[in-house]
Amino acid sequence: MAVHICSIVPISKTVGANRIVPAVAIPHPLGDPAKTTEEEKTLRRALVEKALGAMKTKVEDQRVFEG
Amino acid sequence: MGNVLRVVHYLNQFFGQIGGEDKAGTKPLKRDGAIGPGALFQGIFGQEADIVGTVICGDNYFNEQAEAAKKAVLAMIEGYRPNLLLAGPAFNAGRYGIACGAICEAVVDRLRIPAVTGMFPENAGVELYRKSVYIVETKASSAGMRDAAPRMAALAMKLVRGEALGSPEEEGYLPRGIRRNVFNLERGATRAVDMLLQKMKGNAFVTEYPMPSFDRVDPVSAIENLDEVTLALITSGGIVPKGNPDHVESSSASKYGKYDIRGVERLSPDSYETAHGGYDPTYANEDPHRVLPLDVVRDLEREGSIGELYPYYYATVGNGTSVAKAKGFAEEIAKDLVRDGVKAVIISST
Repeated sequence: MAVHICSIVPISKTVGANRIVPAVAIPHPLGDPAKTTEEEKTLRRALVEKALGAMKTKVEDQRVFEG
Repeated sequence: MGNVLRVVHYLNQFFGQIGGEDKAGTKPLKRDGAIGPGALFQGIFGQEADIVGTVICGDNYFNEQAEAAKKAVLAMIEGYRPNLLLAGPAFNAGRYGIACGAICEAVVDRLRIPAVTGMFPENAGVELYRKSVYIVETKASSAGMRDAAPRMAALAMKLVRGEALGSPEEEGYLPRGIRRNVFNLERGATRAVDMLLQKMKGNAFVTEYPMPSFDRVDPVSAIENLDEVTLALITSGGIVPKGNPDHVESSSASKYGKYDIRGVERLSPDSYETAHGGYDPTYANEDPHRVLPLDVVRDLEREGSIGELYPYYYATVGNGTSVAKAKGFAEEIAKDLVRDGVKAVIISST
């Protein structure tokens, strides 16, 4: 089981990932230099938790875990 | 013989009339003149070319002793001082196709003469050798021999005479991935719009740049017990130990790295960096967690949300890296992970 956390969702869809979590931005998919270190870590944790949530979720077809 | 071209034909044990699967271990041997399908080729060549010899090798022997077999076959071919090599056709026979591809590639490379083989597009030899070898498209079985032989012969004669080749479609060989500049009467924008209009009308159109084919896998079922599962991290964002010890290329990566993270709690910017070209590396180099979330995964491991983090992470660079390469990396990495009982993977991409 793999979850793809990625900045360019259309590419992930094209290559066939089934569980996709959209990331922040190309040069910092799991961070945001505009935030404080602490806020960044919170943001990163939320994305990783969303990925773990995707693993626990049944999917029939490719699914993007938004929002 | 004058100007009559000298041709050598490579066959497997079956078409070489040595025997069936029980003779697949046959070592390379040669026979003067044409054998089996060689007679058909000789008929097509007529007075222009002469099949002076046939080199035969068992499919198992060739694939199990690849280097020794290739060397012996090459020496036998060279002994006939040919102007041209024909191999097969191998249709959809995988071992035979791989042998034909390997021999053609070696002959072109070492003997500097043209070589032509024939295969069904799904033959494993096509994927391996299509870029270096002229492979005429054939049907899946030897029922396609009479259809394949004239096209193989025609292409071979063009090559040996140094005549300009048309596109793969025109000449009947499988595309080798070579781009050639040509002048077109219509500019690109016009051609693209024409294509779009045809598509919208539901009419047939021919793309000028076929997309690679991507495979699909059915989604696996949900994981219930993540707290008991070993999770691994993979990234295409190029996070490597400082100094990039495996020299993962900044674009069009030909490799990936596997890095030991036992006891590593954080990715310090003093010890890790990104090897990825194509995006501004400033943010990833300031804090590699922005690409590879090791810090929070360690926290989640400590808190018991996941069983444990796999002691290695894998990294490559996704910048211009071909789908075929990436697929190869994935196959190797997946083997590791399956062997070590990893059930969950987070892949992060820039």
